[in-house]
Amino acid sequence: MQQIFNFIFKNSHRLLFLLLLLISLVLTIQSHSFHRSKVISSANFLSGGVYERINGFSEYLNLQTQNEILANENARLKSQLFNIKDSTLVPSLDSIKGVDKVNLIVSKVIHNSYNVYENYITIKGGEKAGIKPDMGVINSLGIIGIVDKTSEKYSTIVSILNKKSQINAKIKKTNHFGSLIWDGKNTGFVQLIDVPRLAAIRKGDTIVTGGQSVIFPENINIGTIDKIYIDNQTNYYTLNVKLFNDMTNLGHVYIIKSKDREEIINLENKTKNE
Amino acid sequence: MSFVRFFLLLAAQIIIFNNIDLFGYINPFPYILFIILFPVNGNKQLLIITSFLLGITMDLFSNSGGVHAASCLTLAYARPYIFKFSFGLSYEYQTIKINDSLTPERFSFLLLSVVIHHFILFILEVFQLSSLLDILFRTIIGTIFTLLMCVILIYIFKPNKR
Repeated sequence: MQQIFNFIFKNSHRLLFLLLLLISLVLTIQSHSFHRSKVISSANFLSGGVYERINGFSEYLNLQTQNEILANENARLKSQLFNIKDSTLVPSLDSIKGVDKVNLIVSKVIHNSYNVYENYITIKGGEKAGIKPDMGVINSLGIIGIVDKTSEKYSTIVSILNKKSQINAKIKKTNHFGSLIWDGKNTGFVQLIDVPRLAAIRKGDTIVTGGQSVIFPENINIGTIDKIYIDNQTNYYTLNVKLFNDMTNLGHVYIIKSKDREEIINLENKTKNE
Repeated sequence: MSFVRFFLLLAAQIIIFNNIDLFGYINPFPYILFIILFPVNGNKQLLIITSFLLGITMDLFSNSGGVHAASCLTLAYARPYIFKFSFGLSYEYQTIKINDSLTPERFSFLLLSVVIHHFILFILEVFQLSSLLDILFRTIIGTIFTLLMCVILIYIFKPNKR
């Protein structure tokens, strides 16, 4: 007994090291798997609060570009509004009996990462604002990512610049579907894989979100085709897509609150269980 | 002194150094100066616990699980061995001041510490052996950059000689 205590006392720093190393390795492995731990994420009170303060300062530095982007968007929306020919026809496009299918929550990026393989963005606004995990995030130029974890006041987003993210997308012109992934090399480009060979595509074609996912509505801009490769193993196209968004410079974002989502998921779960 | 350094380095890392993004993805990590500059004969257990706290706080802010915590811990644990390697066996009997003028011994100590920390950091961060080349590249560039920052910081905040 004495010897055991002696051993523990003598090697206490070693044992402490092993214990803490085990904890951090578990956290690391957890962070690389699909179900990330909720504790070590920047959506929590401490880091969210600090990032908000820091962002408060740095926001002023690119206030002008952000204003320009918002003004451009305003102009575009206004022109859409004024160019409507028959105002009675319009609401029927996206709503049934006056109920909107899609609701937007406005939010602001307070921390943006793009220099590792698995990038996450932190935004202001969480459960209190109605943000829930798995909602889509876009801005005026295109898609940004999917909400990952939420706390009361902050949320983290799986950026499209994340090796784990996989989003359903299609070629606007031909309606061929593929999966949008990121190879971790360049922050300006993502890859669209598994596009069938019979799709007639050309450099410069626009890629938009597909209708198969319940996270994003159809036809939200992503980018344009930059290069076309043929995958030797599968004989599918792999497309290099140049993003409309500059992912290194994000300001205001919109979170998509789809009203159909819960209904679709519930229905699918019911069908599976039977 | 050490605890003031803990918070100052952490704050500087999160506010300034995490946003440098050289070549788009290289950041220096001079926050490990806390572990490097910890008193040579200081409490080992205390160093290991504070290194863990330092790393886990970095992880908290960069959404990376336990990557920084693991690499900081390893550096803290390996520190006595690096001392032995760089300064010879008798290091415990004399007081080594790391934040003094840069001798070859001090430089080799700094270099080894930074390399060990960065190598483990990037292995765990990338987490796939197929991109070993990328890990090595990030380690080398990151090490040069961090080393430069560390030397500059040490020279700026050199304690006044009495």
